[in-house]
Amino acid sequence: MIRGDRIFGAVMIVVALGYILSASSIQTSFMSDPVGPRIFPYMIAAVVILSSLVMVLRPDPDQDWPAGPMVAQLGLALAVLVGYAYAITPLGFILPTTIAAGVISWQIGGNPRRAAIAGLGLAVGLFVLFRVILGLGLKGLPAGMGF
Amino acid sequence: METLANLAMGFSIAITPFTLLLAIIGCFVGTIIGALPGLGPSNGVALLIPISFSMGLDAISALVLLTSVYYGAMYGGRISSILLNIPGDEPAMMTTLDGYPMAKQGKAAEALVVSGVASFVGALLATIGLMVFAPYLARVAYQFGPAEYFALYMLAFCTLGGMGSNNQAKAALAAAIGLGIAMIGLDKTTGMPRFTFGELHLMDGVDFLVAIVGLFAVAEVFHFIESHGKDSAIGVKLGKILVPWRMLKQTSGAMLRGTGIGFVAGVLPGAGASLGSFLAYMAEKSAAKDKATFGQGNPKGVAAPEAGNNAAAGGALVPMLTLGVPGSGTTAVLLALLLTLNITPGPLLFTERPEVVWSLIASLLIANVVLLLMNVPMIKVFVKILSVPAWVLLPGVTMVAFVGIYSLTGSSFDMLMMVGFGVLGYVMRKLDIPTVPVILGILLGNAMEDNLRRAMVLSNGDWTFLFSSPIAVGLWIAAVLGFLAPLFLRRLLKKPPLPTTDPTLNED
Repeated sequence: MIRGDRIFGAVMIVVALGYILSASSIQTSFMSDPVGPRIFPYMIAAVVILSSLVMVLRPDPDQDWPAGPMVAQLGLALAVLVGYAYAITPLGFILPTTIAAGVISWQIGGNPRRAAIAGLGLAVGLFVLFRVILGLGLKGLPAGMGF
Repeated sequence: METLANLAMGFSIAITPFTLLLAIIGCFVGTIIGALPGLGPSNGVALLIPISFSMGLDAISALVLLTSVYYGAMYGGRISSILLNIPGDEPAMMTTLDGYPMAKQGKAAEALVVSGVASFVGALLATIGLMVFAPYLARVAYQFGPAEYFALYMLAFCTLGGMGSNNQAKAALAAAIGLGIAMIGLDKTTGMPRFTFGELHLMDGVDFLVAIVGLFAVAEVFHFIESHGKDSAIGVKLGKILVPWRMLKQTSGAMLRGTGIGFVAGVLPGAGASLGSFLAYMAEKSAAKDKATFGQGNPKGVAAPEAGNNAAAGGALVPMLTLGVPGSGTTAVLLALLLTLNITPGPLLFTERPEVVWSLIASLLIANVVLLLMNVPMIKVFVKILSVPAWVLLPGVTMVAFVGIYSLTGSSFDMLMMVGFGVLGYVMRKLDIPTVPVILGILLGNAMEDNLRRAMVLSNGDWTFLFSSPIAVGLWIAAVLGFLAPLFLRRLLKKPPLPTTDPTLNED
């Protein structure tokens, strides 16, 4: 059962059609050129559709896709990273980094205590490196708590 | 003579205590990045661009730092190839074939010294080649108009797609995805927004650094979680380091031949260091009298690919600096660095900003000497660092990626986009779709469209103008050949299978 390539190809065809639709509504201004802002996106979409069709019609053998628990693990990692992107501005660097680095460390190494130490160590270590040594503008603690 | 005068000028800019310190730091960090499995030169340089930018380094300092990292990573890749049979980065793959057997025979120290010297020879001669050929190519590039540039970009995508991947359709798709992403934002000619869907963050387009860090570094994290850090490094033992003079003399021919092949492979757009080391190894093997000992610990099989991949790394800088067209994933990242620093590579760079070019070349030469000193007498330090476990390394890489993008833009939107690129990179890797063309597409997309439109303005909408000059026609033919020839060559040039990893190395 070869599915990976076919699904991705089909999705990309839909995306390309949407891209063409979106490109067709790009406004041109009075100071335009012979090509205009739409032709090149159309050309790109045509290449996407052509190569996606090849992927759908002549797919490569499928890779091993993660199943069950591994999907949950990857989903957790994704959720942690998305949450981190939202948390770093209001909560500062150290707290979200400890949690995010700790969770990822636990997912790779599988030992919760080691992972917690790694998370805290990375948070503090990287904060010292970036803020104190390299002087980047990071906030260490939640807003209003100094640092 | 002119070259020497320019070089002296470059050295006078590059040799200050501060830039020397940066070169040393860059070499050190680069070697570590190269040595650690899962962190290649592209990842490493990509992670460090936003950070060096937020540190407020000036253009030349940032260039010195990051090109040292680039060369350092090329040196470092061999360490884990030899000691662990895991290539630290893709170009170091061929080094595992003879390096690991040498290590198993108790000749790890010799293998490391030979490969270190081979790296030095390859990189040094390639940097000299860069000095000689780049100004010449820059003079040719002066005659390029928009039609020629458009054809040149096609050539870069076609050869990269043709040689760098196993499936032409997938490479073309990847390039088109990158180009499509590059279109997002304000259209330069008309000032109209394209594909922004009313999102203010997208008006400036997608920052290529966000895409690079996401596709390379964040995707790696997902991959590692899935593989449970199977390829993680473990404690390594290494005896006393002595310089095996006889072995060096014996392999000097292999080094020089590997350098020549690697340099040519590097100059060709799209080929890059992996092909350089591959061709150098295969050529050395087929030319050798003792073919049977290749793959069983022949020092020539270590020297040739290492010289080849480091020479290719230098050679790849030739088209990148003179034409603005990168030859490989890592040079694509270096191009991103130049663009971030507001330096536009191309023939004009050599006449308008010679100080940038020549201080870059001088810093490459400095980096090489520093790297030789670091990688032969001080090799044990790096071997110690190799034993950092994946469960510390990967979370660290993730956090560095976030810090880099956050300190650059300070917006959650960009970090979310980076995670999105990470997911895309993971899926593409699963489907065996190369990610480098995506990066190249994002980097070159706007310039490519711009040249197409300027060509059409010049010709008043006549599309045959694209094929109107001999240079353009030559480039188009090369592009088509580069895209199609691998279809036929692939059957001849099957990559030799990697020796299977020793299962005892895989615990934790």
